[in-house]
Amino acid sequence: MATGSLAQTGAPVVARRSSGVWRDAFSRLRRNKLAMVGLVLVAALFIMGAIGPLIAPHKFYVLDVAAITENGFRPLHPFEPLSMRTGHILGTDDQGRDSLSRALDGAQISVSVALVVQFVVLLIGLPIGALAGWLGGRLDNLLMRFTDVMYAFPDLLLIILMSVTFRNTWFGQQFNGLLLVFVAIGLTSWVTVARLVRGQLLSLKEMEFVEAAKAIGVSDRRIVTKHLMPNAIGPIIVAITLGIPGAILAEATLAYLGVGVQPPRASWGSLISEGVKYIRSDPHLVLIPAVLIATALISFTFLGDGLRDALDPKLKGKQ
Amino acid sequence: MASYLIRRILWIIPVLFVVSVITFTLMHLTPGGPWAREKRLSPETEARLNLEYGLDLPWHQQYINWVTDFIKLDLGPSYRYVDRDVNAIVSDGLGTTIHLGLMAFALAVVIGIPLGIFAALGHNRLPDYLSTGLSVIGIATPSFVLAIILVLIFSLGLNWFPATSNRWGDWHAWVLPTIALAGYPVAQVARYTRASMLEVTRKDYVRTAHSKGIRQRAVVVRHMIRNALIPVVTILGPVLAFLVTGSFVVEYFFGVPGIGRFYVQSIGTRDYSLLMAMTMLYAFTVAFLNVVVDVLYAYIDPRIRYS
Repeated sequence: MATGSLAQTGAPVVARRSSGVWRDAFSRLRRNKLAMVGLVLVAALFIMGAIGPLIAPHKFYVLDVAAITENGFRPLHPFEPLSMRTGHILGTDDQGRDSLSRALDGAQISVSVALVVQFVVLLIGLPIGALAGWLGGRLDNLLMRFTDVMYAFPDLLLIILMSVTFRNTWFGQQFNGLLLVFVAIGLTSWVTVARLVRGQLLSLKEMEFVEAAKAIGVSDRRIVTKHLMPNAIGPIIVAITLGIPGAILAEATLAYLGVGVQPPRASWGSLISEGVKYIRSDPHLVLIPAVLIATALISFTFLGDGLRDALDPKLKGKQ
Repeated sequence: MASYLIRRILWIIPVLFVVSVITFTLMHLTPGGPWAREKRLSPETEARLNLEYGLDLPWHQQYINWVTDFIKLDLGPSYRYVDRDVNAIVSDGLGTTIHLGLMAFALAVVIGIPLGIFAALGHNRLPDYLSTGLSVIGIATPSFVLAIILVLIFSLGLNWFPATSNRWGDWHAWVLPTIALAGYPVAQVARYTRASMLEVTRKDYVRTAHSKGIRQRAVVVRHMIRNALIPVVTILGPVLAFLVTGSFVVEYFFGVPGIGRFYVQSIGTRDYSLLMAMTMLYAFTVAFLNVVVDVLYAYIDPRIRYS
């Protein structure tokens, strides 16, 4: 390859080459329309979650008794004159709580689930996978056996069990039970990342550049952090992104079953389970959170798929 | 192969052991007990009940008792349903849950695979967009949302199928739960089949078949689909496992008399033995289906040999 001789001419060229991989990937990602749609929606969701509750017209837990009384104790519907006059653009629930503000609080919960759960997953999965892949032997064996157990344990059931078990402890009360939800979902999902990192390291450590680094006396730690991890990072990013919809769905399901985030926090899942009773007369109570969940799941899936295609050069020709 | 199979099946035992220990520990860490009801029992009654059911023993002794009974396939008494033991509850509902799961599985295979093939053959054209659009909807819609939408359209709107039923002998009652449960797997299978077909399209043997002048139809049926389905088989195991163990949300919503609804309920009511039985059943199903898939994989793909 011509790049070989180029690389010998000086450091700047080498630097540009190593950033080129990411630039290539990004330009591939930009050409992928679905992935860009996903990216825009994900960005919108993050903005909603971050500043939504601040700009929300009402507090999500405040009951507007006056408006609901005026409406004959029935939920206000979106865009009706009364809703517009009282400032509940998307209507209210049966107790007069503002639908838009509750949906925004749900967005904040989903966004924090997306971020924190994957953080927990990385925190546990990355070091364990790296150690197992690099050291091999006993630890590797132990990890793989443990993975078997975790795969046989139906995820959602374990999450529910953990949520119920620790609900009334100090830990389970933090952030209206949100911390417990994060940890419970994270604890059931790190295995996939650990396995992925392990597999990547197993194949990468046989590569020539690792042998070269060993030959000039680079420490193990440095080889793992400087040479192996950067090469393994692409698939990890993809796995993390594609893991997000699962985490959001798990949180919503927990809330739907009534064992997730505790009231007054309004998860999209709990909004749906509260709204089902009124599905005939006030469908907006279910439709708003349902559309939001669907959009969140779709956008992360699109983005993850796009990232996979962009970061995996083998699939280049497919687009 | 035989020794591999035996090893894999025996390996299920330690897996189940660890799952049972985790569940047992979590369960007993949970505050409250099976006797906490709206009407509080007197401490003397609770003590007598604990003595009767062996709940006064230290945990490790309780666990040993549970294991001993479990090996004899005695799942223990239910602390909630005094008239039935767990064996009766499980055998009453298991058939229904499996029935529902298998129907949804059939739907996932019969609709998902053709949908994926259809998408790949019309790659980047209308069929692809249609099929991909459908699978995106399937992936993005949680089963409880799909269930609500189905009820809204087909029970409240068109009045074709009941939203909840007491007569599960009538096939009408099964339609909506099956579709609600199958939505996600259909989409998953379709996506996987599409990707696998696209992969195969670029293989040398497909090009060779085309250049030999074989009709497109024959190339697709004989060369592409047969090879493309090999990786699809690997996800069918997890899909079936998901359908049998993941149906509790759908069962809860439609009031299907399966065992799924007992899972969440048994956690809430601290019905220890029922919860243990459910978890073990689910874990066994998943572990067993994984073995089945591996064996099936070796059978349909002669390049794979286990030793």
